[in-house]
Formats: sequence, structure tokens, C-alpha cells
Amino acid sequence: MKQGLFEICQNVPLTESVYKMVLRGNTEDITSSGQFVNIKLDGFFLRRPISVCDYDENTLTILYKVVGKGTKAMSQMQEGVLDVLTGLGNGYDETVSGETPLLLGGGVGVPPMYKLAKNLIAQGKKVSVILGFNTKNEVFYEEEFKALGACVTVTTVDGSYGIKGFVTDAMKNKEYSHFYVCGPEPMLKAIYSASTTSGQFSFEERMGCGFGACMGCSCKTVTGYKRICKDGPVLFKEEILWEN
Amino acid sequence: MGKLSVNLCGIELDNPVIPASGTFGYGYEFAELYDINVLGTFSFKGTTKDARFGNPTPRIAECSMGMINAVGLQNPGVEKVISEELPKLKKCFNKKVMANVSGFSVEDYAYTCQKLDACQQVGWLEVNVSCPNVHGGGLSFGTSPEAAAEVTKAVKKVTTKPVILKLSPNVTDIVSIAKACEDAGADGISLINTLLGMRIDLKSRKPVIKNKMGGFSGSAIFPVAVRMVYQVANAVKIPVVGMGGVASAEDVIEMMLAGATAVEVGAANLIDPFACRDIIAELPKKMKEYKIDSLKDIIGGVQ
Repeated sequence: MKQGLFEICQNVPLTESVYKMVLRGNTEDITSSGQFVNIKLDGFFLRRPISVCDYDENTLTILYKVVGKGTKAMSQMQEGVLDVLTGLGNGYDETVSGETPLLLGGGVGVPPMYKLAKNLIAQGKKVSVILGFNTKNEVFYEEEFKALGACVTVTTVDGSYGIKGFVTDAMKNKEYSHFYVCGPEPMLKAIYSASTTSGQFSFEERMGCGFGACMGCSCKTVTGYKRICKDGPVLFKEEILWEN
Repeated sequence: MGKLSVNLCGIELDNPVIPASGTFGYGYEFAELYDINVLGTFSFKGTTKDARFGNPTPRIAECSMGMINAVGLQNPGVEKVISEELPKLKKCFNKKVMANVSGFSVEDYAYTCQKLDACQQVGWLEVNVSCPNVHGGGLSFGTSPEAAAEVTKAVKKVTTKPVILKLSPNVTDIVSIAKACEDAGADGISLINTLLGMRIDLKSRKPVIKNKMGGFSGSAIFPVAVRMVYQVANAVKIPVVGMGGVASAEDVIEMMLAGATAVEVGAANLIDPFACRDIIAELPKKMKEYKIDSLKDIIGGVQ
């Protein structure tokens, strides 16, 4: 983990509520796709944990949804410098993907799939991606995934774009060696039941610190208590216990 | 003795800054970030007789200048703390640590404190009496002078280490509780624990925290903490450890003027993992600015 100052280079809407922010700063502590950053915002007590969409040596891209006052304030920033904790969370294990991994993102669970897809494609894997949204005007990043060379399927719940239904509907016809998923909990549960291989799930929880100190985001797993922020956010299918 | 040093219940601290229990784990997580030997000491995660998962999530809610938590004393239980956590801490911290203890009966407190009394690494026992007494109708030990005194006596019987009673601010008369602890043999008082708080989500109309209520901490509670430290420090002869919303070197100085011998820093660690290191580095500059020669000299120095 590292605390650093990042300069806002870009902050633009992709849909009505999802924004893309590109930051410039030291990214050396980000070691894996699926990790997150924790951003301090002026006037707000707690930091905002947001998944990493993409990064290279000195830039960091995040896609975030405006869900409350903090992310609303973020969406209005045009320039300036942000205090960011980087390198948080375990991230995805790319070594077990097999040759034909399937990546599933639901809504604002789509962003971390981008860097993962990029890495797996660079490793020569044949990557399929299913992106799930509620409706057509919420769809984002379809073209970006295609540009990486992934086989992309989009689903919308209301059928206004792509396949009508949930990501699990598009998953039925797919053959895959391993899967990775990030999205709302009902989607994670549906995929847990529908999947036929091992896979990795990204979880979300309200966090205090984001780096393992406060025990605010604990969950029970087959292998004991884990902190979503430090021991997660990625859990393997075999270790998940559904509680609530 | 350095200009920052203070003496807490017979043990010299290089400086008065102590990360508060529940915001610093068992220390080693922070040791990956900086040399935690710069700290006066730290109070480790609240430890109970048996392992606890704690409350269901969400456990955290944000507030203006603060936060609410209802973690519920998640910890691996005293045996594992001694066999697993303390050896890990030993590798990165060569000072005495403050052991924070919670319990749900007087016997629980005594059991856990007796176990920790045998640990050389432990300098002080900080006894959190904000937990509900399961044999006393669920009311917290810290809300009655008699129950707080009973816990104090039981703990003092099983240890020779200094015992610091950590008090809840959710009471009508904090002074009577502090005095009862002092009379029962407490070596120090620490306060304030979190204030009971609650937030409601407007969209779902449900409490933000699954447990409904939780402990309110952060900068917002600092004035309440200063007031209570002042009241207690004026009423007891034993040292007082001040805490509640401390986030800067100036806050540390203010707490000490109110009567604190040492100062714990809590929620600030969660927003800025380097908070305590930076406060310690800032203290000499602020002492110069406010013409303070030695921190010891200002304890209770409010005019």
C-alpha cells in the first residue's frame, strides 16, 4: 500500500451516472488487476474505495458511479490533486484462468474486468466478456473491451440492447475454463449457482479504512473470517459462504 | 528524558501518542507502512475470552466529520492473541504494548486479564467497560459506578500490571464512575470511548448499520472528549488518557491541557494510516509555537 498524490487528468461522464476519471501519479504499489484505491475527498470524513479499471506506470483509470454525496462531488471535479491510497486488496489470480476464461461484469462491476481482460489477452488467452446492465443508456465500455480483442456479449434486463436478461442468461451457452465476476450480490449469487467451473468473485462492502485495520468489512468464509478490503475483495468460489 | 516523554502509570513513554484500540489492529499491519517504534505505545484490538466474529455488516456509516462503527469486538480470543498475534507484533515493536480487554461478565474480564498478565510484552491493561453485562440485564458495566468498580477489583486481583479503565461517555455522571474506579484500585482512566449514534438511509429508510446503532467517533466528538477529560482529570488523582476525535498535534496538546497524561488517536488512523507518525513528527514544532518546553509540564495546565 502507498499513499500518494494524484493529479486529475480527465473526468468525463460515460453514461448519466457513471464517470471515467484518469489520474496521474505513482502507481508502483498496484500489483494486480482487481485491486482498488481509496480516495480522500475534501469535506468527507471517510475515503471512497473504488476499483481500478486500468493502470500503467504513471496513470490510473477509475470508472465510478454517482451513488451519494461523495461520488457526486467527485463527478464535479475538473482539475486538482487527490490523496489516494493505492495497492489495496488482493486482486485477481490470473495464473489459474486456463485458456478460455470468462469475465462477467454487472453495472459498476464492469471496470475491474477491463485490466483483467487486457492482461489475460496479453498472455494469449481467449477471453470472453459478458457485460450486464439494466437498460441501453447505462451501457458503457463495450467498445473498449472489443478493442482489446475480447469476445463481448452485452445483456440488458429490459432487452433494450444486446441479449434480454441477466448475465447468467448469456453465460448458459458459453464454454469456459475459469470465470471472474464483479457485480451486485444477487448477480454473484446467481453466477455461483449457474457456473460449472471454479471462479473468482469480487465483493463490495462498506469500509472504514480499506487497508485491514478496522474490521469494518469482515465476512465469514469456509477458511475463516476474512476482511473484504485486505484478504479480499476477491474470493474463490470454493471459500464463499452466503450468509445474508 | 525527552521533551515529549511522559510517564503513564509508572512506565515511561517516549511521547504521549497512542493509537487507540480497534483502529490499529495488532500493530503489524501498520508496521508494513512505517516503523511503529516511533509511537509512545499502542492499544491493541479489543480482546475477549472467546473468539468473536462481531456484528453483521454493514458495520460502518459516515457522518459529518466522523463515522459510526458497530464492529462488535471481532477478535480471535485471548489464547490466539497470545499465541499468534503477540509473537507477530514482537518482530516489529520493541516497546510495551497496551492490552485492550473486553468482557461480558466480571469473570470474563478477570480471565482475559489474568492470561495477558503473563505476557512480558504487555505494559498496561486497558479495560473497556462499555460492553453490555449479560448477567446485569445487558446494561454496560461502564454505566454504573458499582459495576465499573466490581470489574476494576476483579481485574486488580489477577494482575500486577497497571490497570486503566476505559470509560463510556454515554452516562449522566462520568465523574462518579471514574471515582468509583479509582477507589476500587484503578491505576488510570482512559476516555472517551465512542458516543452511541445512528444514521438512516433515506432511500431504503433503513438504518445504515445492520446493528442499527454504533459508536460515533472522529473529529466531531473532540469537544465532548476534551470536556469529559477535563472533568475527570479534575476529580481523580490517577493519570487520565484522553481520546476522542484527536487528529493533530494541536489536538494532543489541547487534550493534555485538559488533563490528559497521554493521548489516544482513533478514527484518524483509518483515514490516514500515517496519522500517528505525522502527529509525533509535528509535536516539537507545535511545542515551539506554543512555547512548551516539556509536554509533562502542560498536563492539566488549562487556566
